[in-house]
Amino acid sequence: MLHLLLKRCLHGLLVLWVVATLTFLLLRIAPGGPFDSERKLPPEVIANLEAKYHLDEPLWRQYLRYLGGVAHGDLGPSYKYLDRGVTEIIAETLPTSLVLGSLAMLFAVLVALPAGLLAAYFRNSLIDRCCMSVAALGISLPNFVLGALLIWGVALQLGWLQIGRWDDWSSVILPTITLAAAPTAFLAALLRSTLIETMGEDFVRTARAKGLKEIWVIAKHALLHSLIPVLTVMGPLAAALLTGSFVVEYVFAIPGMGRFFITAVTDRDYPLIMGVTLVYTTLLVGANLIVDLLYGLVDPRIIRVE
Amino acid sequence: MNSGQKTFDSVIALSAVFVALVFVVACLAPWIAPYGLGGMESQQMLQTPSPSHWMGTDGLGRDLLTRILYGARVSLAVGLGTALISLLLGTTYGLLAGFKGGNWDHLLMRVVDIFYGLPDMLIFILLSLLFGRNIGGLLVALGLVGWVRFARIARGQVLQTKELLFVESARALGASRGRILLWHILPNIVGPVIVTLTFSIPSAILAESTLSFIGIGINDPYSSWGTSWGTLAQDGYRAMRSYPHMIAFPAAAIFLTILSFNTLGNGLRDLLDPKQK
Repeated sequence: MLHLLLKRCLHGLLVLWVVATLTFLLLRIAPGGPFDSERKLPPEVIANLEAKYHLDEPLWRQYLRYLGGVAHGDLGPSYKYLDRGVTEIIAETLPTSLVLGSLAMLFAVLVALPAGLLAAYFRNSLIDRCCMSVAALGISLPNFVLGALLIWGVALQLGWLQIGRWDDWSSVILPTITLAAAPTAFLAALLRSTLIETMGEDFVRTARAKGLKEIWVIAKHALLHSLIPVLTVMGPLAAALLTGSFVVEYVFAIPGMGRFFITAVTDRDYPLIMGVTLVYTTLLVGANLIVDLLYGLVDPRIIRVE
Repeated sequence: MNSGQKTFDSVIALSAVFVALVFVVACLAPWIAPYGLGGMESQQMLQTPSPSHWMGTDGLGRDLLTRILYGARVSLAVGLGTALISLLLGTTYGLLAGFKGGNWDHLLMRVVDIFYGLPDMLIFILLSLLFGRNIGGLLVALGLVGWVRFARIARGQVLQTKELLFVESARALGASRGRILLWHILPNIVGPVIVTLTFSIPSAILAESTLSFIGIGINDPYSSWGTSWGTLAQDGYRAMRSYPHMIAFPAAAIFLTILSFNTLGNGLRDLLDPKQK
């Protein structure tokens, strides 16, 4: 187990390093600089700015300086927000994004699990078809469309919830639903199909033969077995939630990291872009690590094979 | 055939019709659009749907129906272009990995794993900084993300196929490796690759419209091609409080197009690979 953990951690570090290096290079060769503006700055000013941000040094030294900073938790200065460093900006905005992401993940699991179970239990019935049609719609509905629809319907027409704020529990409802919709639909459909497949297995027949009620056969025996494919998609799902958060934070004007990322991209604020990219990658690597460990819990055979 | 199957089939048929409609609209936009693409009428600003403007007009007095019809070209071009780039890159890569096997396979797939784990949108955004915010740059960025799916599918299929008897007999008859790859393995992986292709079109359309919606997609407001549905939705989103029609129509166009492609993909998968059903 420890061996596995160590191996995964090393792999995670490798991914982080690759991403950091590629992003660093990519942003250096990207056309257009952070100090390009409508009015051309005098060359002395540009030289001073470049000296201040060490952009006049050779590339390898900039790279080493950056990596060294990252190792110490310093993601460098922001080109746009002169009074704050990238680490500070991320520290302020990351909690918001994490709350939104975790709520959405929770929502997805809590809704998809019963929906998938119901659909599998009453397979090919009206309930099943309703659940799966909703899921099919949910997978195809872009989250900015859903977000706009919810704002228009629930907030503007019905006036039930307020938008454009992020201070109490009621302001998280619509963003959470918007972010969670596609993952929920995807999870429910996946759970249904694996459950139905599992129902044909021998151990399920045994459970039935010993007289267990169908609902228990599914809930105890089949469900546990079907969790493995569900776990497999949890990593990509975490990625989808991260990506979705750019859009949802934009639509609902939530002061999270995703919104800062988008403005950083329009401003070409390279250190901020790199910092956010690294934090996203770290989150993902962490999520995948947890998934790997959960694998071991759900199916002990995996550890032995490794 | 039960009634559920029949409904399913008619839903697929409907999706196919809609996809065909989008194709026709994209090709014929200049001839079927009621107004010119650049046409603005300052007296006709922000009109709600009416007989002369079926979908109303926007803040500059441009006919929304016209803009949506032209927008189909952007969506389709991005969808098809991305799918083709990903197909060529990914299938070649996956074929090589699966066919070479061993350490090569291990190394090549490790790269795929790293790409696969990262959020697509993050990679698009980073790459779009490099390639610029025009349709060509976007195609390259989307293609560089999309190839991973094809690589995985192609490799998996090759690994399965190359152990089959007909490949072994071809080898025994002295066929060269290239011949085996092209004549015996490639035709057998076409089915799953086509299914992946069908699914990669709507995901490219989704990605493009999302990027345009958050304002970092194609940045070419006076394109003779038309404006992305995502940009139209963003315009509409800003005016949503007073003029909901401005977001309703572009959003519906995006949703229905993606839904139709996805449904069609599901239908194709059931048709080409009955095992997965």
